[in-house]
Amino acid sequence: MSTLDTTAPATATMTYLQAITDALRVEMRRDERVFVLGEDVGAFGGAFKATEGLFDEFGADRVQDTPIAEAAIIGTSVGAALAGLRPVCEVQFADFVATGFDQLVNVAGKMHWRTGLAVPMVLRLPSGGGFAGGPFHSQNPEAWFMHAPGLKVLAPSTPADAKGMLSAAIRDHNPVCFLEHKHLYRRIKGEVPVGEHLEPFTARVARAGEELTIVAYGAMLHLALEAAARFEPGRVEVLDLRSLVPLDEEAILASVRRTSKVLIVDEANETCAAGAQVAALVADRAFSDLDGPVRRVAAPDVPIPFSPVLEQQVLPTADRIAEAARELLAY
Amino acid sequence: MLAESPAPPSTVPSLNRADREALLGFLVGMRTFEERGVALYKQGRTPGSFYDGRGQEAISVGAAFALGPDDVICSPLIRDLGAHLVRGTDLTEIIRHHLGRDNRLSRGREGNVHFGDVDRGVVGMVSMLPDMMVVAVGLAMAFRLRRERRVALTFFGEGATSPGAWHEAMNFAGLRREPVILVCENNGLAYSTPSSAQFAVGPAERAAAYGMPGVVVDGNDVEAVFAATHAARERALRGDGPTLIEARTMRMNGHGSHDDARYVDPELLAAWAERDPIATYEARLRADGIDVDAIRAAVLARLDAAVEAALATPLPDPSSATEGLFCTTEPRPLGRGDAPWSGHAATSSGAAAGDAAAGDPPAGDTTIEGAGPAAGSPR
Repeated sequence: MSTLDTTAPATATMTYLQAITDALRVEMRRDERVFVLGEDVGAFGGAFKATEGLFDEFGADRVQDTPIAEAAIIGTSVGAALAGLRPVCEVQFADFVATGFDQLVNVAGKMHWRTGLAVPMVLRLPSGGGFAGGPFHSQNPEAWFMHAPGLKVLAPSTPADAKGMLSAAIRDHNPVCFLEHKHLYRRIKGEVPVGEHLEPFTARVARAGEELTIVAYGAMLHLALEAAARFEPGRVEVLDLRSLVPLDEEAILASVRRTSKVLIVDEANETCAAGAQVAALVADRAFSDLDGPVRRVAAPDVPIPFSPVLEQQVLPTADRIAEAARELLAY
Repeated sequence: MLAESPAPPSTVPSLNRADREALLGFLVGMRTFEERGVALYKQGRTPGSFYDGRGQEAISVGAAFALGPDDVICSPLIRDLGAHLVRGTDLTEIIRHHLGRDNRLSRGREGNVHFGDVDRGVVGMVSMLPDMMVVAVGLAMAFRLRRERRVALTFFGEGATSPGAWHEAMNFAGLRREPVILVCENNGLAYSTPSSAQFAVGPAERAAAYGMPGVVVDGNDVEAVFAATHAARERALRGDGPTLIEARTMRMNGHGSHDDARYVDPELLAAWAERDPIATYEARLRADGIDVDAIRAAVLARLDAAVEAALATPLPDPSSATEGLFCTTEPRPLGRGDAPWSGHAATSSGAAAGDAAAGDPPAGDTTIEGAGPAAGSPR
């Protein structure tokens, strides 16, 4: 190994939001087929400023402001992808994707299986609650897409993963729903590799432990870590799913087989959430390794309320996760 | 009646004798194929259902005949078999597809009117209407961004002008002046629902509100549909944006072979039968001295051979149903279709700029904006 240039790739401290912008910039510089489109993403830089600076660097053809029309944003992206471009569309709030759902599940998701044509596009979905967004600006709709064959679904929790997985999503040949948690945008900072950075669509052990696995992703990963830290070091493992489709089944099973107990956290409404699939997987394939029931902490099946006291009643908290973990550890 | 008239075509499209023979061949090809299809369905040889476009053949044939080889159809719909035939998709493969046999178009994953031909620049439809119209606008956007001389063409029925996706596609296309041709097949019926229960203002009249011309054309006149589509294509290639063509026609059979369409006024059907697009065109060509019977005989011989070959084809391997959900190899670009009109050979307008077929942007450019000569819109 040379003594001159042996350093690891340089890193920079970025917020989760800055890491997303960095991924877009790096990938747009690297590949002229990549372009972004969405409401207010141009000179304004997006409702959350995720595309800030891109319009000045890449111009109006590659940073396209669109009318308020989610079906057309997604549907024209499908068309552009069929023609060989690599659109990255921003849905201003993940909740609004419902108005463009058909283009995603019936057109984009089924295209390759039906026709052999690839649809290399990314749908950026600012998701999640925790900041008094109310019932139309707080949802975690990832399970909608998990149930639609042909869509990949990513939900990173850290700045480095946000950059690496968004970059990998842009290079993927399939439609990818990229759930970026709004509550992490400016609250979470971390070291992020500069320049090109790719992360695989796999799970990651965020904290090692021997007695219990907490499975989480997105904003819940941070609450899970906070809850795990309340126990003695080495007791509670936290697995960050990072990718929901594909779901890293082997990583989940390996962790649960090691710890023999599992607690699964979803910020999404409980019924048929990502965690329900994880629970089914564990029950099906790790039953004989379990020393306790499969437990879940998730939002109850109501819309996400506005008033902070109501919202905190609905969303999982570190206290609730820790309480469930305590019960499981004592089981 | 219309708020805006179309710009006159920059060149008057001419059809020579061979073009007319070809057009009649495609019209007869669609009619005879679908008559055979109804028979196969009623014999129980076709799973699911069968849909035909009797009376509407001139629209898909005439529109597709105006396209260049690099243009994309996204998508032919329920009564647009003629578009597939013009693009040159193999007849045997289409029949295999209908029969649920192994085939390269759909691998048995879809049936009846749900197919395209990737190798010929034809993207298959979905059932949610008019979803593929939005996708066509996106294809056109890519062509514009890359300054390619090619257009996208989409078909939709008058009933499909009601959903929000139609408005979104019209608004995007008009606002951004996308090189897209929007062909509305107005047969007056959305399944059983007449236009009087569908909208207050007709499709062509609405076009002006989106900043594009709305052209009404006799959908039973294949040359009129061809000329309108040719003009729309020239306009799109000039960078002047989309055109909505409303081709008026009549659905002569039920929505599908399962539908006896007793809700349709028999007198209305009788009146439209007098204007049958194939009978009238045959009479015209016969008067020009063209051997119509020879064209029919050739079409029938091809059909017979294709049906025989298709019926001898095995069913798909059941285990293949779960394969290929995700694309794991380099994406495959849309191919080039047949463009049989003689005018494409005579002019350069049938070819895309350079060889920048879908997939690869021209080398050496760093932005889409800088990709190639500005042949498209200067907006």
